[in-house]
This record gives sequence, C-alpha cells and structure tokens, in this order.
Amino acid sequence: METVANLWLGLETALSFWNLAYCMIGVLLGTAIGVLPGLGPVATIAMLLPVTFGLPPVSALIMLAGIYYGAQYGGSTTAILVNLPGESSSVVTALDGYQMARQGKAGKALATAAIGSFFAGTVATILLAIFAPPLADLALKFGPAEYFSLMVLGLVASIVLAHGSLLHAFGMIILGLILGLIGTDVNSGMTRFTFDLPQMADGIGFVIVAMGVFGLGEIIGNLENESTRTVMLKSVTGLMPTRQDLKRIAAPVLRGTALGSMLGILPGGGAMLASFAAYTLEKKVSRHPEQFGKGAIEGVAGPESANNAGAQTSFIPMLTLGIPSNPVMALMIGAMIMQGIQPGPSVMTEQPVLFWGLIVSMWIGNLFLLVLNLPLIGLWVRMISVPYHFLYPAILVFCAIGVFSLNNATFDVYLMAIFGFLGYVFRKLDCEPAPMLLGFILGPMMEEHLRRAMLISKGDATVFLSRPISATMLVIALILLVTVLAPAVRRKREEAFQEEG
Amino acid sequence: MRSQLLQKKDLWAGVLYIAFGTAAFWIGRDYPMGTSGRMGAGYFPTVLSVVLVLIGCLSVARSFLRDGDAVGAIAWKPLGLIVGATALFGLLLQTAGLIVALLGLVLLSAVASQHFRLDLKASIGLVLLVGFCVLVFVRGLGVPLPLFGSWFGE
Repeated sequence: METVANLWLGLETALSFWNLAYCMIGVLLGTAIGVLPGLGPVATIAMLLPVTFGLPPVSALIMLAGIYYGAQYGGSTTAILVNLPGESSSVVTALDGYQMARQGKAGKALATAAIGSFFAGTVATILLAIFAPPLADLALKFGPAEYFSLMVLGLVASIVLAHGSLLHAFGMIILGLILGLIGTDVNSGMTRFTFDLPQMADGIGFVIVAMGVFGLGEIIGNLENESTRTVMLKSVTGLMPTRQDLKRIAAPVLRGTALGSMLGILPGGGAMLASFAAYTLEKKVSRHPEQFGKGAIEGVAGPESANNAGAQTSFIPMLTLGIPSNPVMALMIGAMIMQGIQPGPSVMTEQPVLFWGLIVSMWIGNLFLLVLNLPLIGLWVRMISVPYHFLYPAILVFCAIGVFSLNNATFDVYLMAIFGFLGYVFRKLDCEPAPMLLGFILGPMMEEHLRRAMLISKGDATVFLSRPISATMLVIALILLVTVLAPAVRRKREEAFQEEG
Repeated sequence: MRSQLLQKKDLWAGVLYIAFGTAAFWIGRDYPMGTSGRMGAGYFPTVLSVVLVLIGCLSVARSFLRDGDAVGAIAWKPLGLIVGATALFGLLLQTAGLIVALLGLVLLSAVASQHFRLDLKASIGLVLLVGFCVLVFVRGLGVPLPLFGSWFGE
C-alpha cells in the first residue's frame, strides 16, 4: 500500500508541466546526441550536464535521467542503422540489428528495440519502487565499516566484470582512486597532489575527466581509423511489427528484462554487461542459433530489453546507498552533489518528492522514448548521416565550452586536454577507462569510510570482519576474486567476452 | 604473431602504472602517515601508490613472459591536433575572446581529418556553429565567456 502512495506522490511530481517538459527535452536531447556515431552515454551526459545546472534539483535529475535513456536508445539506433555502436552496450545490438537493416527490416529492428526497452523500463521501474525502500532501510544501519566493504565489493565486481585483462582493470581502479584523492583532504585540511595550484584545491571535476577520457580520447581514436563510411540508409519503413513478430519477441523480451534487472543492481554491472549476457542467453536457448548474427530478431529484442532494464535498476544502489555502479551513475552522483544533495539512504526519507518523482519520471521517459522516437526516426537518420569530419569539431566545441562553464575556468579546459591525451594512451594500451572513473568517484568516499571505521575501532582492522554485513560483503568479494582467477572460469570468461567478435 | 618486447601493450601499461605510482609516492612522501587508528593525509595515498607500482611490475613481468598485442602505430597527427586545439582554445579564450578561440579550435582540430576541406559548405557550417554557441551559451545560458578578449581592448 505504501508503494502505491509513494508512486502517487511521484506521479504528482513527475506530471507537473515543467517536469514533463524537462523529461521530454532530456529524452530528445539525449537521443539527438546519442545517435551521433562515436558518442556513448557517458560522453553525452557529461556534455549535457552543464545545461541542467540552472534547474531546480528535481527537474535537473529528471532531465538527466531522460538524457540517459535517450542516449542509450540513440546508441541502439545508430548500431542498427550504420553498425557503429556508440557505446559498449549497443555492440551486441549491432550484431543482428544491422543485419536486419541490411535485409530491409530496419524499421522492424528499431520498433523491436523500442518496445523491448519500454517493457523492460516499466518492469524495472516497478522493481525500483518495491526494492529501494527496504534497501535504504538496510543502508541506514550501515556504518563506515559496511560502506567501506561495500565499496570494496563494488570495485572487485567491476574488476571481474570488466572487459579485458583483470590486471589492467585492477590497475586502472587504483589509478582512479589516486586521482580521486587530488585536492583538499577533508580530515586534515591539507592539499594533496595539487602541485600547489589553487585551481586544483577542490580536486578535479568528474566531468572533466569523463569528457577528456571519453570525449576527446574517443575522437582521437575514431580519427585514427577514419574510413569513408557509406551510410547505408534508405527510408526506414515498416515500423509496425506484425502479430507474428510480437509473438517471436515476447519471450526474449521477458528473459532480457529479468536478466537485465538482476545484473543492473550489481556494482560494476549496468547496461553493458546485461546486454552481453542476454545475447548469449538468447543464442543458447534459441532453436535456431545459426540465425544469430544474420538478422535474428531475438538478438535485438533480448539485449535491448536487458540493457534498458539494467540501466534502470542500476539506479537502485545509486539512490539507496549513494554508491555508483557504473560511470553513468557516477555522473548522476556528481550532478546530485552539485545540486546540493548528498546521495545516500537519507535521500528517500528527506527528499521523498525528489526520489519518487525521479522514479516515476523514469517510466514516463520510457514512454516518451516509445512515442517520440519512432515517428522522429527520419530526423535521427538525418543526424546520423552527418559525416564524422563535420561532427567531431562540433563535439569538441561543446566539450570545451561545457567544461569551461563548470567553474568558468580556462584551467579546466587544459585539464580536459591532458585527460584527452591520457584517454588515447589508455585506449592504445587496452586499459579500460571505465574502472578508472569508478575508482575516481569512489576514492574520497572510500578513504573517508576507511578512516572513520578505523578510528571507531581504534586501529583494529578486524572490525571489517567482526561486523556481519561487512564480513559478508568481503567474503562475497573474495569468492568473486577467487573464482575469476581460477583457470577454468578464466577461460570461460575470456570466451564470453570474445563472442562480441 | 609474436611482437617485439618493446612494442608490447603490457610493457607500456606497466611502465605507465609504475610512473603514476612512483610519482604519487614521491609527491606524497611528506604527507603525515598517522597511525592505523588515526590515519593521516598520507596513509591511504601511500598504500595505493605502492599497490599501483606492484601492479605495474606485474604487468611488465607479464610482458616478458607472455605473448601480447603490439601497441601499433600511434596516430600522432590527430593526437597532437585534438589535444593542441583544445589547449589553444583555453589560451585564446581570455586573450582573443570566444569567437577567435572557437575558430581556432574548429579549424585546427578539423585538419586532423583526412577529409578536411575548407569549402563553402564547411565555412557555412563553421559560421552557424559559432553563431549557435554565442546565442545559446553566452546569450541563452549566460556563461561568462568574453566574445572579444583583451587583445581587442575589452
């Protein structure tokens, strides 16, 4: 009953004229930028973040959430139409979606993606409404030891789930943690790693790192393999799926939603892992596995539902524990802090309007996606057809002005240039930047909780093991590490990530 | 395909970790360590930098023991131009103002593409982009960007 009352409160908030408008603008802007090839959700959100600064907190978060779904859906559109996945979670969609497009079934693939995403979004919203309150209650019992162990678990999970080499994922996390410590130490007031530059006394902005590594780094990487890509686009027709199609995608959508919802909650999980897992699952259960990779509609329906479900449920740990499970959530946390809200379990009790308004607006955002994007497909197609050599200077301009507007500081523009350079170096060395960003945002929190836990226990490190919740999380982290290091599992894991091909 | 040791990704990634770790350790050498019960500002960063150096050593060791991918050609031209254009934008912003800075950023970065040609279409696009930025960011969102900088006596 309480859930209903909460959702009602959220509905009232989300349905106010301005919030609806911001949600819609967010979805449209997100899709518009997200369809641009080579721009994933992290870069899109980072680029559009400054636009939301002037808004009240509720509207800003609603708009950002809209941007996120829009960006993700836009990425899928690009993956299907031009086989250029802008983000890792659409890599799988490109496998079969692009083949469908080549067979003249682009409309059907797009509609499948939209319907699957909408269904998954609806289910995930309900899950969020049901599971967030008890989790937040549990989180209120968390002391510093529990928080520290939770972050360890989160980081270990993101190592295990990272794409490439385990060693590099580990290295990048530590590097991120160190970079996160730059700035003033809250306990002693001492400035650390600032090179005595006053501009760095408050640390490096997360957006600067994200835009540099993901925005600039990606542009340089794309220019490296610049090819004349012929955009294979005829007019997209046949959007309405037939009854037979709907029948065919029903089961994959359900499976994808279930899988995605579960994986989204995991720290380090989120949309990307969900879509990979869903594709593998669909291929395993299919009676025609040979059709996969050649335009199987199930290969679009499953992963697309899974990635949207995962995107949505990854808000659960973010909103209840204040811990980001992936770089996008880290950006959301950054946005909340800039709005003066400390993410954590108290958000739900102290700011119920914000919390429930955001949740309900997620569902409305998904509805907008379904209703707006299919009719607007002509516009998106035109945006995709803009050649990359016209596009990237404009992206660069928006990154530069966006970063400047954070603190109105040219210094931040230089920092972004440095991180752009680093981003390219990381790409060349197969060091994934996503774990680094997680470490970056968690660094200061982790140190803070570690210090407090140790202070309370008077320097006794066994406190992490003597408290049951904390111990459980550390044990899970250990089990994860041991299993993934076991040779057999390791081979399996490498095979699983090979399938993306 | 066997790659030469000096071309291996693992080696250079390891060197990168060691470099960052050592730098962090060196810069943080005077930060007070405190005790485990009362950690100083240096405790956590020192532990992290030591771990990072160890990871770097592992990565270097792995490059000796295992076959790995080669780093491959570095795209110096896009790398230099994109990073340089961004830095130039920062440099020109206060001195020459937004409009010149934007022109510099766009033109310099655009050279990085092999399809770059400053024809009529590109020029119109450039003018539209600059106009859009002035209207939306400066007029609309009120970002305090000087349209013309100190060089123009403003």
